[in-house]
Amino acid sequence: MSVQAWTFVIVGLTFALYIGIAIWSRAGSTSEFYVAGKGVHPLANGMATGADWMSAASFLGMAGAISFMGYDGSVYLMGWTGGYVLLALLLAPYLRKFGKFTVPDFVGDRYYSNFARLVAVICAIFISFTYVAGQMRGVGVVFSRFLEVDITIGVLIGMGIVFFYAVLGGMKGITYTQVAQYCVLIFAFMVPSIFIAIQLTGNPIPQIGFGGELAGDIGSQIAAGEQITLLDKLDGLNEELGFARYTDGSKSMIDIFCITAALMVGTAGLPHVIIRFYTVPRVRDARISAFWALFFIAILYTSAPAIGAFGRVNLINAVNGSYYSAETAAAEGVQDPKLIPEWFKKWETSGLLAWVDKNGDGKVQYRGKDGAQASAFAGAPVFNDESRGTHGERVVTNALNDDNDNELYVDQDIMVLANPEIARLPNWVIGLVAAGGLAAALSTAAGLLLVVSTAISHDLFKKMIAPDISEKKELLVARIAAAVAVCGAGLLGIYPPDYVAATVAFAFGLAASSFFPAIILGIFVKRANREGVVAGMICGLGFTAAYIIYFKFMGGSKDNYLLGISPEGIGTVGMAINFAVAFFVSNITPEPPQEIQELVESIRIPRGAGDAHELSC
Amino acid sequence: MSEIDPNNQPVQTSDVELRHKYWQENIRYVLILLAIWFVVSYGFGILLADWLNQFKLPGSGFKLGFWFAQQGSIYSFVLLIVVYVRLMSRLDRKYGVAED
Repeated sequence: MSVQAWTFVIVGLTFALYIGIAIWSRAGSTSEFYVAGKGVHPLANGMATGADWMSAASFLGMAGAISFMGYDGSVYLMGWTGGYVLLALLLAPYLRKFGKFTVPDFVGDRYYSNFARLVAVICAIFISFTYVAGQMRGVGVVFSRFLEVDITIGVLIGMGIVFFYAVLGGMKGITYTQVAQYCVLIFAFMVPSIFIAIQLTGNPIPQIGFGGELAGDIGSQIAAGEQITLLDKLDGLNEELGFARYTDGSKSMIDIFCITAALMVGTAGLPHVIIRFYTVPRVRDARISAFWALFFIAILYTSAPAIGAFGRVNLINAVNGSYYSAETAAAEGVQDPKLIPEWFKKWETSGLLAWVDKNGDGKVQYRGKDGAQASAFAGAPVFNDESRGTHGERVVTNALNDDNDNELYVDQDIMVLANPEIARLPNWVIGLVAAGGLAAALSTAAGLLLVVSTAISHDLFKKMIAPDISEKKELLVARIAAAVAVCGAGLLGIYPPDYVAATVAFAFGLAASSFFPAIILGIFVKRANREGVVAGMICGLGFTAAYIIYFKFMGGSKDNYLLGISPEGIGTVGMAINFAVAFFVSNITPEPPQEIQELVESIRIPRGAGDAHELSC
Repeated sequence: MSEIDPNNQPVQTSDVELRHKYWQENIRYVLILLAIWFVVSYGFGILLADWLNQFKLPGSGFKLGFWFAQQGSIYSFVLLIVVYVRLMSRLDRKYGVAED
């Protein structure tokens, strides 16, 4: 069966599964719609959290990003896992005890202020929308690459599926679909990973092969008789080609530190992650499901850096110094020439690879410059397909960069997408990777859309505009809000704003500098009051937003970075400002009312989680 | 209030004090675990990574600092949560505030 047939079959089967689950788990009440009736088993919740958390970017992009960044890629690995420790120890159990449905619920109630609630609602909606745009785009991209349908149609199909189970099932439908999606995505990620680990290191476990010696079919060929570990080889290759050593990286320490911290704290402050811990029956289950969540996430997050390293060794070995066409090599009289692999041309056709023969020798030359990446030409490749280049390559029309010798453009997504082909795996594995990418994108999109719809129906409508609304009506509003949000997200996927990539920094920066301090203070500092936390959120948010906008959108120069901290890491400073201001202002303004102090007391004690409003323990 | 703690003493008399002690112990656990969290990631994985890179993880080709940054810290995070879950379940029972 062809790759495309397999892909249709596997993607079709998984979609049928998701729809089946959606029908089985329809939501009948607002509690089921918002928090799955608080009846989700911690193990299932852990899996759902994993799928919720691992987005199209984690699945398709992260291994590739690490592959190019080397040690610097650790910011994503530590940043996107370390946040779960904060969630488990500082947030999840207490928010579960608090009960209710949303993050703005907590902020609004704890700080007895509808203004604080409104700030939280706006942040939640903004963070979720910036995030969801990327997911819908991811769905479209997977469809167009694997099934060769138009991106727009791909996005529409994705919207249809999410619409079906998010609008119908709410949190309940989303949760059980996410469990299925986790299984699909982890299977799809691990199968090619294990095969590549065997081929390069002779060890089926990527996490161990990563630190092992080159062995196996391809590995021993690369080592050429030498006894050398994969990482030493990679360090050597990188250095030889003018990149930084793979295990050293090139970012400054303070920047690495701040980006890691902003991602960790941002993770712990993301509303679609926090809300998952409202869905389990007891406080103890919230702690346990934080463990399961990180466990399931760690399987992918410890494999991804191995795949990044394997992919890079493979790429350099297969591509660098290879002739693009056999004819060129024959014309030059080269016996038994090293030729580019078959997959090179396939991915060149899809625009993920491009080659410009700067020195005219017919060989692909992959180079860095002064220990950093060097772009062969400006921006992403724009092809002119009216004719072919001298060696039969696609013609790139971009202006070439003359200050370096690099001839190769590689899109980082290729590390995961091309993996099955590089490892010469059967066609069904390629179909599986497509289904995995879709599962990752759809599950994250659904979780985010739920946050948007509950923020509108519950926090805005029920809590602020029409408090007397009946549960049935509220559920209807929630469904309508979810439907509108799906359409909005779809539009962002079809017409992506150019700044999508930059907005990810925004989402984390805002979560780190707004929600995280507000929630932590709400639980651990009884004295924290309305005035303090509102002032803190405004200062933290204002600073972070201004910094990101200035450097990302208004062309601020790197030389003016505060202490060399990039916009990705500035949320850490914003968080510190938020804490400091909130602390100071809280201490010079009246302490919170008695009933709020009692609320804090009750949040701290697990007993009685079934009914969060009873203050006795 | 008629809750009984494991030592069969009525909780009633010192309810507030008991809650206070429970909270203190909880905070102590959290601080210790977060200190480890900080050391394995920011410490070994970032601040000391260059220095640790002169050593190798025994039995493998990993430079130690690099390993902590891309593997070890994540394993430690998972373990930290396991330890936290166990400590807290015990603490909940000790102070009679568990949910079952």
